[in-house]
Amino acid sequence: MSVKATVISEIQRIAEEETKSLPPLTDDLVLLDSGLDSFGIAILVARLEETLGFDPFTETDDMAYPVTLGDFIRFYEHAAEPHGIDSRQSG
Amino acid sequence: MGSIRDSLADAPEGRERFLWGATGRVPLGRLDGTSLRGRVAELARRSVLIATRDQLAAALALIELDGIARRLIVCTPDLPAEHFPAVIAKAGVEAIVSDHDGGGAWGGAALRVLCDGTVRPAEETPVTCCRTEWVLLTSGTTGAPKMLVHSFATLTAPIGRALGQRADVVWGTFYDIRRYGGLQIFFRAVLGPGSFVLSGAGEPIGDYLVRLGAHGATHVSGTPSHWRRALMSPEARAIAPRYIRLSGEIADQGILNALHSFYPQATIGHAFASTEAGVGFEVDDGLEGFPASMAGAPGDVQIKVVEGSLRIRSARNAARYLGEDDAPLTDEEGFVDTGDMVQRRGDRYYFLGRRSGLINVGGLKVYPEEVEAAINRHPAVRMSMVRSRRSPITGSLVAADVVLKGETGSSGAGGERVDFKREILQLCHESLAPHKVPATIRFVPGLEMAAAGKLARHA
Repeated sequence: MSVKATVISEIQRIAEEETKSLPPLTDDLVLLDSGLDSFGIAILVARLEETLGFDPFTETDDMAYPVTLGDFIRFYEHAAEPHGIDSRQSG
Repeated sequence: MGSIRDSLADAPEGRERFLWGATGRVPLGRLDGTSLRGRVAELARRSVLIATRDQLAAALALIELDGIARRLIVCTPDLPAEHFPAVIAKAGVEAIVSDHDGGGAWGGAALRVLCDGTVRPAEETPVTCCRTEWVLLTSGTTGAPKMLVHSFATLTAPIGRALGQRADVVWGTFYDIRRYGGLQIFFRAVLGPGSFVLSGAGEPIGDYLVRLGAHGATHVSGTPSHWRRALMSPEARAIAPRYIRLSGEIADQGILNALHSFYPQATIGHAFASTEAGVGFEVDDGLEGFPASMAGAPGDVQIKVVEGSLRIRSARNAARYLGEDDAPLTDEEGFVDTGDMVQRRGDRYYFLGRRSGLINVGGLKVYPEEVEAAINRHPAVRMSMVRSRRSPITGSLVAADVVLKGETGSSGAGGERVDFKREILQLCHESLAPHKVPATIRFVPGLEMAAAGKLARHA
């Protein structure tokens, strides 16, 4: 699954657990308007660390916090490269 | 001097100042009006609970009643109804000041005084008649709040230097002023020369940022989690503060750096403070942790580290717990044990977390035992241990290690485990507040036990 697909599927799973409905998950969607609050986003980051094996927020002390879903996905795709994870397609 | 009223009366005439609420504003200056509909005299020398929904209404009541009421119990806005009877009994509450009727949570005995976020002309101006005890609530192990006694003197002791601020200061805080961190900003704003922008009940952070920007906020405070959320908001550009303050949670290097690059014009400081110990210290060198030289140094605030835990003694400490069942607040030398564990690396101390295993999820406290009890209700669970997991968004998250019955080693059917995980989460969602539900669950073969047969919790 690509990084993007992994992110989307984790968001959907968390929304399902919290019985929240999601707006269309477009790139320009503001993360905090996605139906996940900051706590939900924190869970997302923790779950992605388990699935992908890295947490880009802790890999650097110098980063800009992502505002939109597109920012968030690009942040992960960018961080995936040194981990040898193909950011577009893999298994 | 010893009350807000007297301080306002002594303040030099200057530019116009305001308290800005979500829907209205009130001029801040000499107290010649009332938000209590002129009933302040009825509250003189009484024990008064302030329980409002609106922050501006609470702010006005606090200003009007400090120096008048014998005791002010400052109720946090999210205090569950079930805790009111104990708070009212423990604090000997004789009157309740509120902007609503309490929905039956307050019983019938106390005098009720309605207030709101507006000031009307008053017929007479009361004068300071007592040193008011300020009682602040903070969450305790059993879920019932701990009550700490402060005074105008202990609450304002940290802000002498801050009063030399420029007159164009406009304060804002993501905190609620009914928590220690927010109350510090309230005092800095009210006793200083500037204005103050309060957030509204349930106001989205983006809307508050826009209002802060519109009123030209110069000094803005919040927890690291508040700030991370602010930086994830498109409205973060609405403000351009000169001073940014973080407190209430561990400020890590990531958030300090992110704030520095986003608001390069701002001085960024992080403070250690708790309701029990008051403001311990402020660090403004842009680095996480605090200089080791602070420990053992003489001064207004004395700091020592005993068995890894930070202890603080100062005139800012709370006076005592309210309620005789509680343990003493300080050790025999007068130091408050904060329960915050620190580790020295080189010439700095760094915060590790809480000794009790208490987890701070974005400013909300979680006691691991409560979560473990929910997990252990699942029939397949032998035991569990809940711990803190660092989060770049909320500071910490709840993580659970679970031992299943009949498991040896790490074998076990994968599909069954997925089901268990889902069922355990379901159980937790049914009985716990959302921030207490484990973010991650890991199945482990066994858990480490300490000598007394208790789970070995690490700070």
